Amino acid sequence: MALKQLNIFVENKKGALVEITETLASNEINIRALSIADTEEFGILRLIVNDTELASKVLSEKNYLIKTTEVVGVKIGDAPGKLSTALAVLDKEDINVEYLYAFMARTEKHAYVVLRVADNSQAEKALEDAGYHMITDPDIDKL
Amino acid sequence: MLEGEKMQNYYQKEIETMPVEEMKKLQSEKLVKQVKHVYENVPYYRDLMDNKGVTPDDIKGIDDLYKLPFLTKADLRDAYPYGLLAKPLSDCVRIQSTSGTTGRRVVAFYTQNDIELWEDCCARAIVAAGGTKDDVCQVAYGYGLFTGGPGLNGGSHKVGCLTLPMSSGNTERQIQFMMDLNASIICCTPSYAAYIGETLQEKGYKPEDIPLKAGIFGAEPWTEEMRRGIENTLGIKAYDIYGLTETSGPGVSFECSEQTGMHINEDHFLAEIIDPDTGKVLPEGSKGELVFTSLDKEAFPLLRYRTRDICVLSRKKCSCGRTLIKMAKPMGRSDDMMIIRGVNVFPSQIETVLLNEGYQPNYQIIVDRKGNTDTFDVNVEMTAEQFTDTVSGVTAKEKALANAMKTMLGINPAVHLVAPKSIVRSEGKAVRVIDKRKLHD
Ligand SMILES: [Zn+2]
Repeated sequence: MALKQLNIFVENKKGALVEITETLASNEINIRALSIADTEEFGILRLIVNDTELASKVLSEKNYLIKTTEVVGVKIGDAPGKLSTALAVLDKEDINVEYLYAFMARTEKHAYVVLRVADNSQAEKALEDAGYHMITDPDIDKL
Repeated sequence: MLEGEKMQNYYQKEIETMPVEEMKKLQSEKLVKQVKHVYENVPYYRDLMDNKGVTPDDIKGIDDLYKLPFLTKADLRDAYPYGLLAKPLSDCVRIQSTSGTTGRRVVAFYTQNDIELWEDCCARAIVAAGGTKDDVCQVAYGYGLFTGGPGLNGGSHKVGCLTLPMSSGNTERQIQFMMDLNASIICCTPSYAAYIGETLQEKGYKPEDIPLKAGIFGAEPWTEEMRRGIENTLGIKAYDIYGLTETSGPGVSFECSEQTGMHINEDHFLAEIIDPDTGKVLPEGSKGELVFTSLDKEAFPLLRYRTRDICVLSRKKCSCGRTLIKMAKPMGRSDDMMIIRGVNVFPSQIETVLLNEGYQPNYQIIVDRKGNTDTFDVNVEMTAEQFTDTVSGVTAKEKALANAMKTMLGINPAVHLVAPKSIVRSEGKAVRVIDKRKLHD
């Protein structure tokens, strides 16, 4: 049920970010969410896009190291405190969140959060039991 | 299990125990023929001889060897790829190539006969290490362009051992085959043997649980201390083997049970020690540069090839009964070895660690000096298998690699995982070592 995330290993971040976004744009791939984790030496660019396979292909052709992993996508209402409530649900289940990032939908007034946890289905179940809606790959195009 | 020495065995007794005078006569006959063969078929070397004013008629035996011009690695580069070939390509059946860290690769050509003789040399080494047709011989040298795997594989066949063509890397699988199929002899680089030994030890295996009795280790310099370490962890006797692609591959010389130097297969390879500065031939027992003349090679017969290896030759009587001249362990090749914080480091050791840890051997070593301390950085290209989506995951991989390198080398490098294909390649080959210390000296 999870959401596909593209992970790209980047050095020389400035030039790479321009090239990556341009490559995606010229292939008409939409970036719906993005986060960067970096150190002084390297960075990991994480992307949620509308066509993971195509993005992976065109970036690999440019010699980028790409890995596709699965993360949890959860719909959060656009009201204060919604994120912390969702996190509290996970905390209660002892589910550790390695990282997270949020994005907004274009069509409706909702925020979405991408969560990286050790066990996706466990996190999804906990959130669903608490009344949250998950998003999966087919949803990305519609948001 | 460490077995006591039994009666001596030879693969080609007549040659290996031939009286010295008889050997010299054989060498002289072969040399006269070989010089003619080269002069007639290798214009590159004919020019060198002509320039020196030497003709094949001037070479009547091994006492005239000193008259011939030297070949160096630079000649091999200049003549690349076919300039030193002495047979039509249609008579050649194989190439092998060096893994040298500097400059252009060396490509050596072999006729079927060249391969037969090379494999005989490796077979002599295996028998000298106690190998018989009842042994199971695990060849954990790399197979491919590198001569280690193909050479020992061929030698093992000739002896009649059950051959396990493992190639290098994938240590788990090496151990599984070793234990399941009762491998009794292992052939690999000494650093890989040490690594396999450590892995077995970590898994709780004691020397007496390990079926190996002997190991044949070469392709990189190693110390006596390393030998004892390998012998103790694996419960084996560790034999040195020497060779270079330029002359054939492993098996140019090999160690016997005495473990006091390597017998040179001098019916095929005529050895000299020269003063590396003047080129003058030095008397037996002197330390100098080792020079080889291939007496039987058909396709790629190098005459007076300067190896850059510094060592000593000796005709002292050997307890194994072989009369073949012995060479001491070379003190390393100047162009490959680095001394970092007082420790000898060879790029091949780094390569071994990378293969063991599941990386490609795409790396660059950068040595510099800050104050009085050497800095030692190793950049390694990230692979899809090792890449993870978290920073902590990537830095953990870097730490694990640095630890494995420290185990192998005794000093701690800073490992940096870098983007694929980001290490600069010239002529398709990456520059492996950047030593910036020279700039400060
Ligand atoms: Zn001996």
